[in-house]
Amino acid sequence: MPELTYLEALRQGMWEEMARDERVFILGEDVGIYGGAFKVTEGFFEKFGASRVIDTPISEAAIVGAAAGAAHMGLRPVAEMQFIDFISCAYDMLTNYVATARYRAGLSTPIVVRGPSGGFVRGGPFHSQMPEAAFFHTPGLKLVAPATVRDAKGLIKAAIRDDDPVIYLEHKFLYRRIKENIPEGEDIITPIGKARIAREGKDLTIVTYSAMVWKSLEAAEQIEKEDGASVEVIDLRTLLPMDDAAIIASVKKTNRALVVHEDTRTGGIAGEIIARINEQAFEWLDAPVMRVTAHDTPIPYAPTLEDFVLPQAQDVVKAARWLLAY
Amino acid sequence: MTAGTVPASTIPAGLNREQLLEIYYFLRLTRSLEERLVNLYRQSKVIGGLYRSLGQEGESVASAYALRPGDILSPLIRNLGSMLVRGAKPVEVLRQYMAKATSPTKGRELNIHFNDLQLGYLGQISHLGDMVPVMAGIALSFKLRKETRVGLVYVGDGATSAGAFHEGINFAAVQHLPLVVIVEHNGFSYSTPTSRQTAVERLAVKAKGYGIPGVTVDGNDVLAVYEVTRDAVERARVGGGTTLIEVVTYRRKGHAEHDDQRYQSKDEIAKWEGNDPVDRYVETLQKNGWADSTILAAIDARVTGQLDQAVAECENDPLPSIDTALTEVFANPPSAERLWFRDA
Ligand SMILES: Cc1ncc(C[n+]2csc(CCOP(=O)(O)OP(=O)(O)O)c2C)c(N)n1
Ligand SMILES: [Mg+2]
Repeated sequence: MPELTYLEALRQGMWEEMARDERVFILGEDVGIYGGAFKVTEGFFEKFGASRVIDTPISEAAIVGAAAGAAHMGLRPVAEMQFIDFISCAYDMLTNYVATARYRAGLSTPIVVRGPSGGFVRGGPFHSQMPEAAFFHTPGLKLVAPATVRDAKGLIKAAIRDDDPVIYLEHKFLYRRIKENIPEGEDIITPIGKARIAREGKDLTIVTYSAMVWKSLEAAEQIEKEDGASVEVIDLRTLLPMDDAAIIASVKKTNRALVVHEDTRTGGIAGEIIARINEQAFEWLDAPVMRVTAHDTPIPYAPTLEDFVLPQAQDVVKAARWLLAY
Repeated sequence: MTAGTVPASTIPAGLNREQLLEIYYFLRLTRSLEERLVNLYRQSKVIGGLYRSLGQEGESVASAYALRPGDILSPLIRNLGSMLVRGAKPVEVLRQYMAKATSPTKGRELNIHFNDLQLGYLGQISHLGDMVPVMAGIALSFKLRKETRVGLVYVGDGATSAGAFHEGINFAAVQHLPLVVIVEHNGFSYSTPTSRQTAVERLAVKAKGYGIPGVTVDGNDVLAVYEVTRDAVERARVGGGTTLIEVVTYRRKGHAEHDDQRYQSKDEIAKWEGNDPVDRYVETLQKNGWADSTILAAIDARVTGQLDQAVAECENDPLPSIDTALTEVFANPPSAERLWFRDA
């Protein structure tokens, strides 16, 4: 079984879908000959040609809008944002045009908008963002955020096959840092809307996604070793539609919950997750549901500042201990 | 000038000899500062990416030099030279790249993303095109207050594709604002050749669509860029409105230091190396008898000394303390809350 990085798994997933379905095509800035700023689409131009791997002008609104139009006509575009931070330039297209298309007009818009998100790479305020909250709030968009190599592949394939618009948030810190054996030829599809138990436990549930899955697992190990408590980690994988059943089942088992995300606190999706736990599992709770998030500032450039602003494994440990002792 | 050399010919564009030498100083300072940054980058002292302007220093320096005190420009990533002309200090740039606590943004922002509105520059954000509307607003403030000040904004050939560019330049044009928009036609946006960015050959023709004058100038001819920019700036100053200037140049380095430039032809790079703006300027100075090699060497030595000092001054500065991580988010209350799970 070949060992793949997260980035290679994403690439392989797109590659297989392009090979399988001629309606699938890629568009974005520098995705062609250059293979993308992070080389996610390396080799695609040579294999699939200029008509299916389209280098676009620096026009995020046009990239997403054109993807939508092509999708209405039965194509399956995968649009790359060079950094996900630039998706804000396509906010209008995504939230007003794309998200409402099915409800208001009965139009199918099967597009994927993907791009490198997240911090811990010293990228400063405009190359480090987690943009999910703005789109999470907009009915009509699906959101996925893989944490593992397997899901990097499984979710891109599922997103491309989905009949609705999907925003696929890959984490650039994970690109080349994690590896996994992925069986060749196996059609790996991670169903959209299904969370995964990343680690089983019985004393506390951590609900998280993307790179924070790894920090949460690190914290869980430490607590097991040092405190003897057993922590369950739920990797959401899909943020919208959210897998309430998986979250609630775990909380009913452990009676304590902590939500961890890399995005800032205020208006971050942890608030919504906590509300759902309150609505659906209040009587099972032995402690208030808490959250560990980034501080409410832009993401600063200097390592000292970035490490302070973003959530760390030790924050998860501290919050988990507080909950376990409650 | 020693006796016996050719008599100096008249200096064009209303410049004098001191100004010619000052322009040379800024060209040399820009290039040498970037070379220092490359060394620091290789030693991993530059925290993030490094973006060179090799081959484009001429247009940056010359266009900024056409401004007067009180005017304000907004640079792009490759306009280090423009920032230096407006008074940004090499040590500030070094500190920014190295994310030092002492940097103008206290380590919050990177490279040349910083401002000094008194000196006359407003730092960019990464989102391309965004500074065009913002600079239209700066120019609007000049107009509303009846000040004879001018704004200048740089935008890449690639960034002319961004919606914000269109909205901003159109706003400036229709409001008849004192704004000069310099479009840097340097052949590429990252790996994408200009021919895949726009269907026009000359970016200056876009001006027609906004109803403003558009000019194209050889971006590697320092004096030509100076003259064209000065004309546009002075026209804007007396109520003549917005101008688009296309400077034709070439990006000889990759998008950033990590870029292998696989998509650029070696011949083309070599061709443009032979059209280097600094070399050309030196030749012009010497050929016309406006400067000799002794005086230029003295300027080079001065630059070297200043940069030695600047690097020594900041190399060992500390990174920002975490006490500054949450401050100045608002005017009032200034700080973001320190979250409960974070150990003191
Ligand atoms: C809205 C937006 N989209 C994408 C990017 C990523 N990006 C940064 S620089 C660049 C190329 C810029 O090319 P150009 O405007 O020609 O300027 P140059 O680098 O040639 O000076 C791209 C695509 C960005 N910064 N902003
Ligand atoms: Mg360019």
